[in-house]
Amino acid sequence: MLLEVIIFITLALIAAVSAILVVTRSNPVISALFLILNFGALAGIYLLLNAQFIAVAQVIVYAGAIMVLFLFVIMLLRPENEKKIFSSNPLIKTLAFVIGGVVFIQLIYLIFIVRPSESQSPEVAQSIQAGTVEKIGTLLFTEYILPFEAAGFLLLAATIGALVLAKKKFE
Amino acid sequence: MHIQIEYYLILSAFMFIVGVVGVLTRRNAIVVFMSIELMLNSANLTMVAFSSYLGNAVGQLFVFFVMAVAAAEAAVGLAIIIALFRNKLTINIDELNILKW
Repeated sequence: MLLEVIIFITLALIAAVSAILVVTRSNPVISALFLILNFGALAGIYLLLNAQFIAVAQVIVYAGAIMVLFLFVIMLLRPENEKKIFSSNPLIKTLAFVIGGVVFIQLIYLIFIVRPSESQSPEVAQSIQAGTVEKIGTLLFTEYILPFEAAGFLLLAATIGALVLAKKKFE
Repeated sequence: MHIQIEYYLILSAFMFIVGVVGVLTRRNAIVVFMSIELMLNSANLTMVAFSSYLGNAVGQLFVFFVMAVAAAEAAVGLAIIIALFRNKLTINIDELNILKW
């Protein structure tokens, strides 16, 4: 159990620090690489939560497919290495940090007021087998088959939309 | 003892706030997009944490759907960025103000 805590703290620190680095680096390629590190740490945390299927999907879909798309577009556009990475408007910057701080304090306050772990029933904590591929697949192809098909259709529409948008404009 | 769910929620809240600040302050459209992915991932972490905490797989199912939507969103959004760059030769969102009145 101590090992579990050590692994969680390590992964959480990696995720938090890499999230900050994503936002503060001026080179978008570095940002993208730190975002991949963040996704990898999150996949590890999903494994700690017994969500094996989601952990594998996180690595394949997010760290694999989506980030390759991001890196490809960054290479394609070759954006200039900006000197001032944050918005030049000081009002926007102040407002952003104020909003972020207020919402963060609200969330932390809410978490410590509600304290969901105290109302957890012990038998649920003993028998966490929710995340196996078998369980997810059974739910996905029986009860949630309609949203599954809708997600497939959405991906098809997105593919066609991306092709149309990025296609060279004909005169 | 087991790791309590509060710690996962705090990590998720922190990542969400970092994403919010990134979206509001950064000027590079691609980095703004990455911040949005960060926020989506923090929501995913909350859902997986509660799914594990309740012993119910439906939360993880919805994370799967969120991933599908995020993939679609990334494809369309990056295509929009490419189209914008082709027309305006910039992806600095301070300079992209054609929809402003």
